[in-house]
Amino acid sequence: MQIPGNDIFIALAVWLRNLLASIGLDPTAIDVVMALIRAAVLGTLALLVFMLITWLERKVVARMQDRIGPNLAGPWGLLQPLADGIKAITKEDTTPAGADVMIFNASPIVAGVAALLVYAVIPLGPDTGFGALQGTDMSVGLFYILAVGAVSLIAILMAGWSSNNKYALVGAFRAVAELLSYEVPQVLSITAMVMIAGTMRMTELVEVQSVPFILPLFLTALIFLISGIAESGRSPFDLVEAESEIVAGYHIEYSGMKFSLFFLGEFVHAFAVCAVFATVFLNGWEGPILPPWIWFFVKSFAVFFVMMWIKFTMPRFRIDQLMAFNWKFLVPVALVNLFTLAVGDTALKTVGLGRGANPWAWGLILFALNVVTLMAALGMLGRAARKSRLNKRPIVARMDDVSPAAASAPVAK
Amino acid sequence: MDGWAFVGVFVIVGVVLLSLPLVLAALLAPRKPNSIKSETYECGMETYGDTRVQFKAQYYVYALMFAVFDIETVFLLPWAIAYKSFGSIFPLLEMIVFVLILVGGLAYAWRKGALEWL
Repeated sequence: MQIPGNDIFIALAVWLRNLLASIGLDPTAIDVVMALIRAAVLGTLALLVFMLITWLERKVVARMQDRIGPNLAGPWGLLQPLADGIKAITKEDTTPAGADVMIFNASPIVAGVAALLVYAVIPLGPDTGFGALQGTDMSVGLFYILAVGAVSLIAILMAGWSSNNKYALVGAFRAVAELLSYEVPQVLSITAMVMIAGTMRMTELVEVQSVPFILPLFLTALIFLISGIAESGRSPFDLVEAESEIVAGYHIEYSGMKFSLFFLGEFVHAFAVCAVFATVFLNGWEGPILPPWIWFFVKSFAVFFVMMWIKFTMPRFRIDQLMAFNWKFLVPVALVNLFTLAVGDTALKTVGLGRGANPWAWGLILFALNVVTLMAALGMLGRAARKSRLNKRPIVARMDDVSPAAASAPVAK
Repeated sequence: MDGWAFVGVFVIVGVVLLSLPLVLAALLAPRKPNSIKSETYECGMETYGDTRVQFKAQYYVYALMFAVFDIETVFLLPWAIAYKSFGSIFPLLEMIVFVLILVGGLAYAWRKGALEWL
């Protein structure tokens, strides 16, 4: 049997549309109803993925730390997220004295919705004449992702400011500094990506990949992943909520379901970064035999696994290291990467080895260029690190160093 | 239905979806506030002074740097979109000059110590 679009979900959408038309709705009303259904399905999907990845993360971290992880609720502990949800709902929800109640209550929802919004443009399947398996295919999809990604920052600032708690406020300040800073390399890497792809429409970004863009844009992909991890506030960039320094940062005063919503916002955002990565660097939904949406999820979860791996391997940065790493390493490297890509691609085009001629040769040459840039950057980083280690003498030596005159000098008041 | 209208619909649906558990929690969760419980939690110490204090000026410097680079991308992204249709290498040279000015700015800030966390 031939089903429309060769995809069960598109077939369902077509069937629903025909059903709505047969009960005599006019086309605008059908569009509105379909948009509502699409939004509800996408939102629910994001929440289901959230539940799955909380379980997955706990399982994976348990394996990495030689533990078993959740194993009591349901088979392999799969119902653990449900149990957590019930627990969160039945916990008392406290509001601290002196809090700005309206903003205090609004910020968890803002955080969650900001993270959900990214899913509106992520394509789960190709457009086969019945519309893509996607919320909406806007022409500035990537730019839209950047824009709504920055909204979560406002939610964090709202939470930190309204809690009337100094730890929360420090957490919010750190969040703004960190998220603002890491937006710069992220935007620069997206610029490089857009330059090579020539479009910002998410479906076209998949279709133009005659060779997976992780090859020609290797360095760009690395920068995007690092800044994406920082943007979603996950370890090792989780200074915003550093438990050992500022207790829990901006969500210290939140309890019960509101706390869970912040948690949800972080995880949904992190998975959105993985989904965007899979879409623009790993060919998105494309793959043999299996339906497109399965390929999309396989790739997204593979990227999410790498993200978890990084999270559980690396210790947390200090705030000065975090800022230095961004401004003194990532931003310059992203700029140089933009240069080399533009020059390299133009040079290849002039000698007749452009993307149109032989995509794999083009991809591999640019990959080699990327590796050279990366090695040069890492070499310079290593040299700078050795130099700064030489300048910093051990504390013991400095104590011996204090001259009698300096030691006996009156302390400035 | 055009792309941006869907985003509006999605915002409404998202707010409803995320409010549902909050409403459920309001119905199911116990609610017994007392003055000690609702005190500001600062690791058991009583909170001292005003919370909304002045903060480090360092944050402001980073915000300035961010503004510069963010505006840069507003100019770079249209250039990047149009990159494939360039016939000559002059647009490429123009972009390089433009970015070099910004690199100069970054180098200046670096040299002046604006990137040091104090």
